Amino acid sequence: MRKRVGMEVSLACSEAARLSRVDVVSAYPITPQTHIVERLAEMVAKGQLDAEFLCVESEHSAMSACLGSSAVGARVFTATAGQGLELMHEVLYVASASRLPIVMIVANRALSAPLNVWGDHSDVMAVRDTGWIQYFAENGQEAFDLVPCAFKIAENRNVLLPVMVHMDGFHLTHVVESLYLMSQEEVDSYLPPYEPLHSLNPDKPVTMGAFAAPFIYTEAKKAQQEAVRDSKQYILQAWKEFGALTGREYTPLKSYMMDDAEEVFFVIGSFSEMASVAVDKMRERGEKVGLLSLKLWRPFPTEELKEALRGKQLVAVLDRSLSPGTESPLFTEVRSSIYDMREKTRVIGFIGGLGGRELSPDDFEQMMERARTLSHNGFVGQAEMIGVRD
Amino acid sequence: MQQYSVFVPRLLPKEEFLAPGYRSCPGCGETLIVRMVTKALGRNVIVTNATGCLEIVTSPLPTTSWRVPWIHTLFENTAAVASGIESGLKILKRKGKLGDKKIKVVAFAGDGATADIGLQALSGAMERGHDFMYVCFDNEAYMNTGVQRSSSTPYGASTTTSPVGRGVGQITWKKNMPAIAVAHNIPYVATASPSYPFDLMQKAQKALNVNGPAYLHVLSPCPPGWGTPADISVKLGRLAVENGVFPLFEVVDGKYKLTVETGPLRPIKPYIKAQGRFRHLNDESINLIQERVKKEYDVLLNKIKCGA
Repeated sequence: MRKRVGMEVSLACSEAARLSRVDVVSAYPITPQTHIVERLAEMVAKGQLDAEFLCVESEHSAMSACLGSSAVGARVFTATAGQGLELMHEVLYVASASRLPIVMIVANRALSAPLNVWGDHSDVMAVRDTGWIQYFAENGQEAFDLVPCAFKIAENRNVLLPVMVHMDGFHLTHVVESLYLMSQEEVDSYLPPYEPLHSLNPDKPVTMGAFAAPFIYTEAKKAQQEAVRDSKQYILQAWKEFGALTGREYTPLKSYMMDDAEEVFFVIGSFSEMASVAVDKMRERGEKVGLLSLKLWRPFPTEELKEALRGKQLVAVLDRSLSPGTESPLFTEVRSSIYDMREKTRVIGFIGGLGGRELSPDDFEQMMERARTLSHNGFVGQAEMIGVRD
Repeated sequence: MQQYSVFVPRLLPKEEFLAPGYRSCPGCGETLIVRMVTKALGRNVIVTNATGCLEIVTSPLPTTSWRVPWIHTLFENTAAVASGIESGLKILKRKGKLGDKKIKVVAFAGDGATADIGLQALSGAMERGHDFMYVCFDNEAYMNTGVQRSSSTPYGASTTTSPVGRGVGQITWKKNMPAIAVAHNIPYVATASPSYPFDLMQKAQKALNVNGPAYLHVLSPCPPGWGTPADISVKLGRLAVENGVFPLFEVVDGKYKLTVETGPLRPIKPYIKAQGRFRHLNDESINLIQERVKKEYDVLLNKIKCGA
């Protein structure tokens, strides 16, 4: 029987990177991801991890150095959050289009201004279209598990794409959780050494990052689009293998009390555990409520979502970010995904939990209450902000 | 160290690492520099290239001119990419995945990518002490985007963003990038010019063999940007050395040394008058520049004399 240990989730993530035998860690400090790279620096300094730790001068350079290391065939890891993710924004596109299997943890954080270091998904949504495979951890165990999975997926020769593991800043990064760690043997049996398909090597010179004129740019982008779409089967395969090894299998959507549910909460990240408490309470009152927690954000699991929402009356979608001037990203995505289903499920959008604002189970109950009212009134308006003072 | 200058030029390496067919303008200084530098370095290098003319003229998909491993990613991050490559090579060697061959990381970037937008990344990489060499092609403006001023554009040059109007064009003095590199206490800094090929190639070899960061700042005449005919690029490069506008020196472990002695400085006027970008300058402006060149040259000589 495996033993549970109590550990800060950030440190568990560092442990996961160590067990994944990363070659290069290139990072820059930013709250709330700092503990992850601090611990990795310590591991390298103490000789517990044979890797190069690059303490660079910005996140832009952190990701740029990742490009270089990955291009010569090293296994590369980094972590960032909020503003840091924004500063590396343009580099992210290069990583994915260059098909470099870099793995990055993002400790989700709000974006300035006003300055706010707490949990929020504004940073996630800003990098939605960068071509990275992206998924969410909702607790410490998932954050730990999803790191070796990320390397397994990224380095699959049918995939060769970078992977972002999202975890909510503070709500996950800074809490101590009881979790199962894996042994080095277990991780090794799951994650073979990285054998790059192409790398920069004088023995076999290759050109990477050539420029594309209009006559060929679209073709290059189409290839990338297909690579990301097709990656889903390999993501599922990697998760399945992980499940066989550890008993913890991940799926694009995590369902809770969904079988007979008529009304559904749809959340991403750490709020799913809060929402599940609300579901339990509402179930006690006989309300047929269920919960969907999105794990896989890119590629978006449209088919799975349609299947999960088939025949449901309404789905209340909680966004932790804004798209000022229009609807929020998750809401738009859900509504567009199920738009062409014959049987309509009403999608009601909410915005909450911005910049670390707490939402309690009561808040979720009220959210569903409000969703019912709006649905009853034939909701056509904008997503509503919850827990906000006028 | 090979003393190229004691050999006749035909004994230089015949092998070209930049395949013919690249699309640079006639008289381009940059591609001349790249050919010479890569010849001097040989094939055990990995090149990382900033966005700019060089990347555009050598890598239109699906073709490439590069016979050495080469990567282009972005404009301002070349030194950071070089850091990553060097660290990657280091660990892969340590883990026995790459053999023992010494592979040098070489960064190529223009003056905008170096002195402006990429300065932070370069400073970081030099400060961290990565074993890499950085070659800045200084054509003194953003030529790839159509001749806009950079912080390396000389006083009085007309560019599309320092137009003449009622003034003199560029009103600031050229940023001293070599001095900035020296301030990082790196083992090797040098200026060079494709008009002095042996000097350039020797410096490239020195940079190759240094353990730690090396910085080469190379003047790169640019006919369309400078408003000059294509057949005088090499001559302009010589004039710039002979008149003190771009003296050739190296700084080994902080010690300055002139590598090309030219005797008394020639006046800058013929150099200025040969270029369309300075066409508008009157004698007063030219004198101002002349004084400045003299002053900066004296500062340099003083550094050499003091053994600084």
